[in-house]
Amino acid sequence: MAKKPLRFTHNGRETAVFAESGSNLLDVLRRVVGDLSPKYGCGQGTCGTCTVLIDGEPHLSCLTLAETVEGHKVETTGGLQNGPHLHPLQKAFMEGFSAQCGYCTPGMLMAAKALLSHNPRPTREDVIEAISGNVCRCTGYEPIVDAILAAAGEISGRVA
Amino acid sequence: MITVETFDTVAEANRAMQDRTRYLGGGTLLMRAVNYGDQSFQRMVRARDASLRMIRAESNRILIGAGVTMSQIIASPDIAFLAPVARAIGGPAVRNMATIGGNLFAPHPYGDLATALLALDCRVRMADGSDMALEDLLNRRDSIRGIVAAVGVARHAGDDFRFRKVSRVKPKGVSVMSIAAWLPRTGARLKDVRIAYGAMGPAPMRVRSVEQMLEGRSLDSQTVEAAAHVATKGLNPPDDALASAWYRREVAPVHLRRLLLGDGSR
Repeated sequence: MAKKPLRFTHNGRETAVFAESGSNLLDVLRRVVGDLSPKYGCGQGTCGTCTVLIDGEPHLSCLTLAETVEGHKVETTGGLQNGPHLHPLQKAFMEGFSAQCGYCTPGMLMAAKALLSHNPRPTREDVIEAISGNVCRCTGYEPIVDAILAAAGEISGRVA
Repeated sequence: MITVETFDTVAEANRAMQDRTRYLGGGTLLMRAVNYGDQSFQRMVRARDASLRMIRAESNRILIGAGVTMSQIIASPDIAFLAPVARAIGGPAVRNMATIGGNLFAPHPYGDLATALLALDCRVRMADGSDMALEDLLNRRDSIRGIVAAVGVARHAGDDFRFRKVSRVKPKGVSVMSIAAWLPRTGARLKDVRIAYGAMGPAPMRVRSVEQMLEGRSLDSQTVEAAAHVATKGLNPPDDALASAWYRREVAPVHLRRLLLGDGSR
């Protein structure tokens, strides 16, 4: 199958790969780049577990034609932590028991990161809206919402 | 194997449309088809044309590029009347990707924005320069090969335009049905009313039985009851995993009544 050269910034690192024609971003991230943090769920834009940030905005990587991210910045859950230090969202998810099977977690984290970058002090309703495209079949959402609010408190408190 | 060709202008992309070729906009429909092994096309065409992402005034209408996303619609003060509709579609990631042009071709039960645009009497500008009413496009959208370049909509303010999306999953779910109403008035009388349903047929549709019932009358409780009585007259809504045809018929008058009485904008 024909491959096309593709360059983009992946979690802050310049990345150059060859992508199969017509392949989606999720496949390129997982199979070519080797970043297994975004997950394949439904493949149709319903579950949100493949959510990544493109230029800071949440996108569904399974529905993104890979070549459209040429020259853009792609962030995944794999780039959230800073060396040994987990991101406040990751810590809040752990401390709040916000993951059971964990399959939705990468998408939830990226949706939450996008929210907090635009709105450091979200209301509960803001959080619910931000993760409205992400499906969790285990937790009932409440621990996830609580964790995002807790992380927002930590981040905004730290910034202040 | 699927090949992808990218063009600088929408006109070039339009000329490249052939058999077994599909146009890629935001990807929420076409990449889904790719993921599920759709064999009906083998070539995707896309355009980097900046005009596809522009919202601009043109005489008494606003021209919305076909590549404008739901998020752009929400952010644009010029088309604030469409923001509640765009906000009702998907989560933030979908709204960053899904385009107005794609929504015109979204199969049942999708197409909430197209439903609203149909009620608003939009016109569609094709990439070859031709122009057609949205209703015409929706009636033959499966056979249209050309690319939509933009959607033209008149400016709206006040409560002449109303929209309601009915879904079972909160806060966001796929439509059991959506209803859009354009209710211009001359004095106290409704004039040139347009009512559209989404998810009540293979494509968004006008509901002429309700339009005829409302036309020339004042929007009082008696008129609303009469409109609700004919809410599904002549319609054959589909059964699907979200709702049966029976359920859709049962709830349509309820939601139409609520919309016309101004009980919530969604």
